[in-house]
Amino acid sequence: MKELYPAAGAPMRPRWLTRFGLFTLVYFAGAQTVALMNSPADSAMGDLQKIMYVHVPAAWTAFLAYFVVFVMSIAYLAKRNERYDLVAAAAAEVGVVFTGLALATGSIWGRPTWGIWWTWDPRLTATAVMFLMYIGYQALRGFTDDDDRRATWSAAVGILAFLNVPIVWFSVQWWSGLHQVQSTRDSMSAVYWNWLWLNAVAFLLLFVFFVASRYHVAVLERAVERRVEDAAMRAADTRRVAGESMSNVH
Amino acid sequence: MSDELNGRDDDDSAYDETREDAPRRKLSLALIAAVLLVLSGFAYLMYGGIADNLVWNMTPKQLLAKGTNAYGHAVRLGGQVAPGSVQWDEGKLGVRFRIRDEDGTEIHVQSKAIPTAMFREGIGVVVEGKLVKNDGAAQFHATNLMVKHSNEYKPPAAGHPASPEAMNRTLITN
Repeated sequence: MKELYPAAGAPMRPRWLTRFGLFTLVYFAGAQTVALMNSPADSAMGDLQKIMYVHVPAAWTAFLAYFVVFVMSIAYLAKRNERYDLVAAAAAEVGVVFTGLALATGSIWGRPTWGIWWTWDPRLTATAVMFLMYIGYQALRGFTDDDDRRATWSAAVGILAFLNVPIVWFSVQWWSGLHQVQSTRDSMSAVYWNWLWLNAVAFLLLFVFFVASRYHVAVLERAVERRVEDAAMRAADTRRVAGESMSNVH
Repeated sequence: MSDELNGRDDDDSAYDETREDAPRRKLSLALIAAVLLVLSGFAYLMYGGIADNLVWNMTPKQLLAKGTNAYGHAVRLGGQVAPGSVQWDEGKLGVRFRIRDEDGTEIHVQSKAIPTAMFREGIGVVVEGKLVKNDGAAQFHATNLMVKHSNEYKPPAAGHPASPEAMNRTLITN
């Protein structure tokens, strides 16, 4: 980890990440603007359809985030490389944010369309459970002090919690509920479909940027921890050696 | 002793040396077990028939199939608004319509709740309430009326613009 600690005067964020972030920001703003301005009102719900450009990509990106957590958790348990653990943690954080966004925008959409802010519909319930499980993942990490134990336990949770994702996805097909089934290319007009995918890419870019940034911060935190630990150990050693030489003198 | 003074109670250096060794094989098994658990859990949910046991809403046919048991219990009923059946209670808050199953079974619904602007003939609805006998006929008294949207997203056909005026139009047609 030491080689990643920036030298004096280096930027706090890798230059490629800053550039990627700027590109992501521009793309996201453009994709949202273009979609919002060019989407015709839907025949059933009118302009409320436009929430789809945030709600659906947020949900999709959350699934992707949790898949990354799943893969990185397996990789950590297999290879014991702490970087995999840090990527998993970063992806879980981003996944929780996007899941919360999907739930919030879904609720805002649901009140004027369905008539309710919330119901224990299968998909809504499954999504809420998934949201809480990954918040639990964060809580677990927060309460574990030892790095290796935290990584191992998180990896186990990260693998098991991924079971939620297929449940949420298939919930609309397995059980009857209020949330509609997945839309297909045939069930949507091309204009909605195209703008949806444009924004899905925007959210994917955001996901990569957020995870990379969060991972970078985690690496820095870990490097600082190691430096502090090393310094403390060296100070302790110095004191012990000094103590021994003092007793030798006596 | 200097370690204690510095607040280091446990000897971490020894732990660091041995962590590579013994736990590795145990944890590979744990890893395989965890992945298998996930996969088998998924398989159970897909094929284990749980779908039959978790019900968020019933259809009209399912409710009527309960016979005398259908009456008096708070349930959720899902179906379509039968075309031509919507009637608004004049001067009162309420709407009456017939909810229709896929196979054509219909139940009369009397709703105290006002639906959203998406409500129209043919659209999916879910009503919460009780089935009661009204002069011998089954009537569903709904306390909550939710409009269900399909997975279709289409701009309105030509001549039917979904303008703000159209969306804010009065639903009362009688």
